[in-house]
Amino acid sequence: MLEKLGSMRSAYGEALVELGGSRSDVVVLGADTTESIKSGMFGAKYPERFFNMGIAEQNLVGVAAGLALAGKIAYAGTYAIFVPGKCVDQIRNIIAYADLNVKLVCSHGGISVGPDGASHQQLEDIAIMRVIPKMRVVVPSDSVSVKSIVKSIADIHGPFYVRLTRGVVKGSTSPIVYEDGFEYKLGKLNLLRDGSDVAIFACGLMVPEALLAAESMKAKGVSAAVVDAHTIKPLDEELVAKLARQCGSVVTAEEHNIIGGMGSAIAEAVTKHHPVKVERVGVVDRFGESGEATELFRKYGLTAARIEEAAAVARKSS
Amino acid sequence: MELLVTLYFYKMKHDPKNPTWPDRDRFILSKGHAAPLLYSILAQAGYFPAEELQSLRKMGALLQGHPDLRIPGVEMPAGSEGIGLSVGVGEALAAKVDKRGYRTYVLMGDGEQQEGEVWEAAMSASKFKLDNLIAIIDRNGIQQDGLTEQIMPLEPLAAKWRAFNWNVIEVDGYDYLQLIDAFDAAEMTKHRPTMIIAHTVKGKGVSFMEWSPTYHGTAPSKDKITDIYKELK
Repeated sequence: MLEKLGSMRSAYGEALVELGGSRSDVVVLGADTTESIKSGMFGAKYPERFFNMGIAEQNLVGVAAGLALAGKIAYAGTYAIFVPGKCVDQIRNIIAYADLNVKLVCSHGGISVGPDGASHQQLEDIAIMRVIPKMRVVVPSDSVSVKSIVKSIADIHGPFYVRLTRGVVKGSTSPIVYEDGFEYKLGKLNLLRDGSDVAIFACGLMVPEALLAAESMKAKGVSAAVVDAHTIKPLDEELVAKLARQCGSVVTAEEHNIIGGMGSAIAEAVTKHHPVKVERVGVVDRFGESGEATELFRKYGLTAARIEEAAAVARKSS
Repeated sequence: MELLVTLYFYKMKHDPKNPTWPDRDRFILSKGHAAPLLYSILAQAGYFPAEELQSLRKMGALLQGHPDLRIPGVEMPAGSEGIGLSVGVGEALAAKVDKRGYRTYVLMGDGEQQEGEVWEAAMSASKFKLDNLIAIIDRNGIQQDGLTEQIMPLEPLAAKWRAFNWNVIEVDGYDYLQLIDAFDAAEMTKHRPTMIIAHTVKGKGVSFMEWSPTYHGTAPSKDKITDIYKELK
């Protein structure tokens, strides 16, 4: 389990190239990070449909909106830190309000950016994006699902924010969760393992950690369900309600501020459908710092061990 | 007003019966607070019945306080300043990709030039040699808090746009012949975008409204309306 590795960014580049071949209405925009986030792979193959806007993210987003208004499916992105925060005006007032076909796919979400430090570690993006009407928010957990999601959303009209991460393993890779493939359905989450004592909802790089935590708990006689909560909006409330009922306690785990993120979305659904104790694992309302991703994950409590502790707390008080 | 009349009734290819015709010229109102002016032009052109103008800004009405895509003929939702030129660049790029002949016109305010995104968009329009993009600045010299040159000076405005490698034309914004010449000249310009700086006077023709920032965002009170009609006759 989780032995194979893959790069989310490379999967993004490959998905764009495949989309470019199958759909002539796909255009791609970047902002001086196109080699790094691999959207440049599309540019190399389809230069007439690829636009590098330079270090000018608000214009990047505004131009993507214009292309979408003219009928294009515009994939625009750079590092996550430069889009949701810097461009929330353009995203809210044009792209979301007009329900435009703009897919904002950003890499380097979360603290796993590592040595660049707090200024580059986007820990608030899920909260910022999910509060905007019409916006869909997706945080894939591995390279296999990235490829499927990036391609699938071309067929779903309207705006998306997709957050990719750099990876925790050397070479900017992360463990592959979906060795047997992944099929994306908007609004449907993937139950990776069923359980009866605690339901763990994880997204992004916390999905492998949740699986490890569940395995460790199993050895101690605790049965944990694990869900890849990749689509935070629209949320699969049916599955959340079902597992809250079935397990009686819930843990969430995300590489994001625990305020306003995926854990908050799950907690909102749990309180609505079947109130039980929810423990949220994530970055506890603070900024990150420089360091290697694995060191930071340990320091900020983004680990299987922390998930297991949270599960014990959730079960005790349920 | 003269500017929009020139565009909608002289220059632009458009079809009020088919507002989403792919080859139509696009008009983007970036200074969204001028929505009532755009609405009156769109009604006159036949995009929607003129009666709609009576329910402007009312709950449940078609005509929202700022431009909205639900309104036939509106090309972009606007309100937050500084975004329209970027959207215009996107529309113009799409025309290049699709090899369509339509042209994109973007009307900005002069106070709006203080937004940084305008200059990001200016750079990108030059980079992509968007000769199918024409921007217009309504240079009335006034913004909400006072005169632009006091709040945050813009001059030399034409030189700034020339430095960004745009074809710059300055006109009297009330002179139809100058406006027609400018839009025709823009069409003949190749490999770079055109900026038309239209010099206007806010509240033109009404003595107490000319050069008064008070009326930037506020409609005149009812007792003033009779005076306005008298002066405009």
